[in-house]
Amino acid sequence: MKSRNNDPAILSTPVALTALEKTLLNDFQRGLPMTATPFADVAAQTGVSEEMVIDTLQSLQQRGLISRVGPVFAPRRAGASTLAALSVPEDQLDEVAGIVNEFAEVNHNYQREHDYNLWFVVTAPDQSQVDRVLAEIESATGLPVLDLPLERSFYIDLGFPLWC
Amino acid sequence: MKNSLDRLMDADDSEPLVDELDRRIIQATQAGLPLDVRPYHALAEALEVAVDVVMARLSSMRERGIIRRIAAVPNHYALGYKVNGMSVWDVPDDSVARLGKQVGALDFVSHCYQRPRHLPVWPYNLFAMVHGQTREAVEDQVGEIAALLEGCNRGHEVLYSTRILKKTGLRISK
Repeated sequence: MKSRNNDPAILSTPVALTALEKTLLNDFQRGLPMTATPFADVAAQTGVSEEMVIDTLQSLQQRGLISRVGPVFAPRRAGASTLAALSVPEDQLDEVAGIVNEFAEVNHNYQREHDYNLWFVVTAPDQSQVDRVLAEIESATGLPVLDLPLERSFYIDLGFPLWC
Repeated sequence: MKNSLDRLMDADDSEPLVDELDRRIIQATQAGLPLDVRPYHALAEALEVAVDVVMARLSSMRERGIIRRIAAVPNHYALGYKVNGMSVWDVPDDSVARLGKQVGALDFVSHCYQRPRHLPVWPYNLFAMVHGQTREAVEDQVGEIAALLEGCNRGHEVLYSTRILKKTGLRISK
């Protein structure tokens, strides 16, 4: 089983970032100004040009260091979702992961170190479709799904401290 | 047992929170805004809707909590925060709301949720996602959560991610 995280060389690889990149990542991950020209407003606050802000965001996006600049949707409000887990025999993990990933409703799927070693999020327009997907995954894999829907969110949007 | 206020505050409302135009805006922005000097104008043009309407809808969804924020979304993994630990805790049900708020307020916790137990296979009702550049850093942070929970911690585990098998943005069917 390949596991990139067990490679210490990968773990310790630093990401070289410019001061402006760090500023944009740290100071604006909580929100851009809700104006017609948000990048010009960020530029004014940061003391650089609008073009530099846009170019830097484009570069961060092209390098995969930011996934996008845009809305982050709260889970569950737009439709229904659940966090689900499967306990998969190690030698079947790739095959079962492939089956799970086939579903368009599955938008995250992580392998984790635990008896429950496959963790995925199912999102659909309504609860009945979430339930249907879970049932289809159970039937296609022959494994019982642990269904852990969100009951309450304690998320407080402080942003994520990078390089602190 | 949940009281009526908790029910009101829960995200699990059955009434539709977004209408057709909201849905179109969500679909058009879930992969990101155009990195344009006037991103909302570009979006409005693509949707053939007035820019004021698009911005008002986005602001409204933000106020109603459907959108958490409109921002640069860091890819923690690519930035070197490669260790992702899902810490799961068994805490008393009558304390989970109070404790969840405290854990969710820790700046290194990116997500904090209450989820149901499934006894006997799954005794945990509080989930807190922790990220770090090393496993030791994550362990230190989990130690801070344990210290905060004190005697209310009846058991916990940390499930480290070893592979990302799929990761896409939110998809809303058309």
